[in-house]
Amino acid sequence: MIPVPLVAVAGNPNAGKSALFNALTGARQKVGNYPGVTVERHVGKATLPDGSPIELVDLPGAYGLDPTSPDEAVTRDVLLGKQKGERLPQALLIVVDASNLDNHLRFALQLIDLGLPTVIALNMVDLAKRDGLELDAARLEAELGVPVVETVAVRKRGMSEVMERLHTLLLAPRTIRAGEGPSHDPLNLQRRAREIAMAAVVSETPVRRITHRLDGLLLHPVAGPLILAAVMFVMFQAVFAWSAVPADALEAGTLWLGQAIGNALPEGVLRSLIVDGVFAGVGAVIVFLPQILILFLFILVLESTGYMVRAAFIMDRLMSHAGLSGRAFIPLLSSFACAVPGIMATRTIDDPKDRLTTILVAPLMTCSARLPVYTLIIGAFIPATTVGLGIGLQGLVLFGLYITGIVGALLAAIVLSKTAVKGGGGAFMMELPKYQLPRVADVLIGLWQRAMIFLKRAGTIILFTTIVLWGLASFPQAGPGQKQSDVSVAGHIADGIHVVVAPIGFNKDISLALLPAMAAREVAVAAIGTVYSLDAEDESNLETLEQRMAGRWSLATALAFLAWFVFAPQCISTIAVTRRETNGWKWPIFMVTYLFVLAYLAAGATYWTAVAFGLG
Amino acid sequence: MTGPATSLDQLQIGVRARIAAIDWDALVESEACRLRHFGFDEGVSVVPLHLGPFGRDPLAVRVGRMTVAIRRIHARAVSVIPEAA
Repeated sequence: MIPVPLVAVAGNPNAGKSALFNALTGARQKVGNYPGVTVERHVGKATLPDGSPIELVDLPGAYGLDPTSPDEAVTRDVLLGKQKGERLPQALLIVVDASNLDNHLRFALQLIDLGLPTVIALNMVDLAKRDGLELDAARLEAELGVPVVETVAVRKRGMSEVMERLHTLLLAPRTIRAGEGPSHDPLNLQRRAREIAMAAVVSETPVRRITHRLDGLLLHPVAGPLILAAVMFVMFQAVFAWSAVPADALEAGTLWLGQAIGNALPEGVLRSLIVDGVFAGVGAVIVFLPQILILFLFILVLESTGYMVRAAFIMDRLMSHAGLSGRAFIPLLSSFACAVPGIMATRTIDDPKDRLTTILVAPLMTCSARLPVYTLIIGAFIPATTVGLGIGLQGLVLFGLYITGIVGALLAAIVLSKTAVKGGGGAFMMELPKYQLPRVADVLIGLWQRAMIFLKRAGTIILFTTIVLWGLASFPQAGPGQKQSDVSVAGHIADGIHVVVAPIGFNKDISLALLPAMAAREVAVAAIGTVYSLDAEDESNLETLEQRMAGRWSLATALAFLAWFVFAPQCISTIAVTRRETNGWKWPIFMVTYLFVLAYLAAGATYWTAVAFGLG
Repeated sequence: MTGPATSLDQLQIGVRARIAAIDWDALVESEACRLRHFGFDEGVSVVPLHLGPFGRDPLAVRVGRMTVAIRRIHARAVSVIPEAA
């Protein structure tokens, strides 16, 4: 079978390439990764005017064939037929921004010199017109020697003409052009691009551009940061307020489904596996889907409007003190809801080292899964008194835990960027694109792709791990008069863990909770609850979990437990997504190790300090 | 009419200037490459438009038809000749 013709869509960042790709392929697209690198591969299907199918691949935006980022390297390698996991495209669709021809033609000239059959989409001609710029597409076609089509991708204007031109090129016998030795001197190319762009301009009326006026407000030294703070505030309100109902529904739904299936099965190992293993474990992770989707909705809208780059611009100076760039701000902020979308959002950071540092410190931001643990311990051990001025002590402790996480992340970033991830660019060079209204379909496609990535994780690695954890906790099975938590493999592992964590004040119950809490932090609460409800059979059941704990743990132990959870990387999803985003086990293992070491030291320091003050 | 030569980071907001020279050796290769990609070149017209709110860093600069953000330390490598208003 002859493979379907492959057409590569290439162009500068911000040329409207992805919008054009979406307009041509609609929902008929797949997202994957190029082998060996964390660069997304977007392919989609389209139909030529004669009804025959072609495949389009949306290459990462690039400024040239001399790469400065892994994304640009993939673009170059695909176009030279050297990229693993991709065949050489038969034709090229170059997207250029009509109002930025001087710059975009430079890359286009390089691409034309490759000698592949080429069509140029002169995109966003409507915005150019709005800015008072009138262009002559025919003149441009004559200067460049390849077909030029005027398009407005977000309104699907010019799409059928693009397909017609591609069709003509793919039908024509391939003419191998004599290699005329393309000029690879970037400055010469740039000058040639400027000459051609100049020649193509019919008229230019200077108008005060909307983008410039908006930036006057959004990048204002005082108003800018305030507006950014307000946007972030709304985002967080939405993440927590809008997600409560669907998250509860999802939790109830998984629980109900698990029990319904469980009731249909005979009592025994299989039933326990399905209900306690699969549904309880995956359910604990799935409840975060609404938060993740809402967070990504905001990130995608901020990204597609052009505001994300402005946020990075405002925050860059502050982030640079921690050895990071402004680009790290949104991913780290997102990690307050959940580190998984935060780490996935680091894809917007160009510099691979800056990106890696950001991924490694993201789990230190206090995610929402820590809240149940914090709430339980604070409720049980910190008196609900005020420290004056109406400030509650419990709230103050919670605030302190958040601050500890932030300070820990910044210090870790400083240390990492000077040691393990040394040589980060520390550069901040970004284009500030024109502001645009996002297209609903583009946002929905992005949201759908993010949801699928997350669910595939929940469906594979997380499912596998929860089954293993369930197995460890369930076998061997307890005989009469024995406690399951004592005889199971997990119980024996807990004995081993206890030896290690006893010096930092952790008792056997905590040791037992730490293992299942690897699936997700809040599982620790359920695990502790299970231990105490089993042990409490002979006592009064009227005691709450908090009361039971308060009776058995010293304050020093409780504080050490809190300090532990500020740092401990107890979240399978985060480890899995780190493996995916760093393309191997090296960095997730490094991350887990350094965070456990920090957790141990922090808990130890807390415990011994508290004991010294007589709280043991 | 032109003013005395200065560097891009010293240029007043809104003052149009022409790039006189770029000290490529003062930049790491990847940074130099990115600046060339943005269209930084002798003779090109630039205008600083905005400054970061903290420590007046980074700078948003209009270069050709594009607006780009660069840090002050990189702008220092670009010497410019202001154009009279």
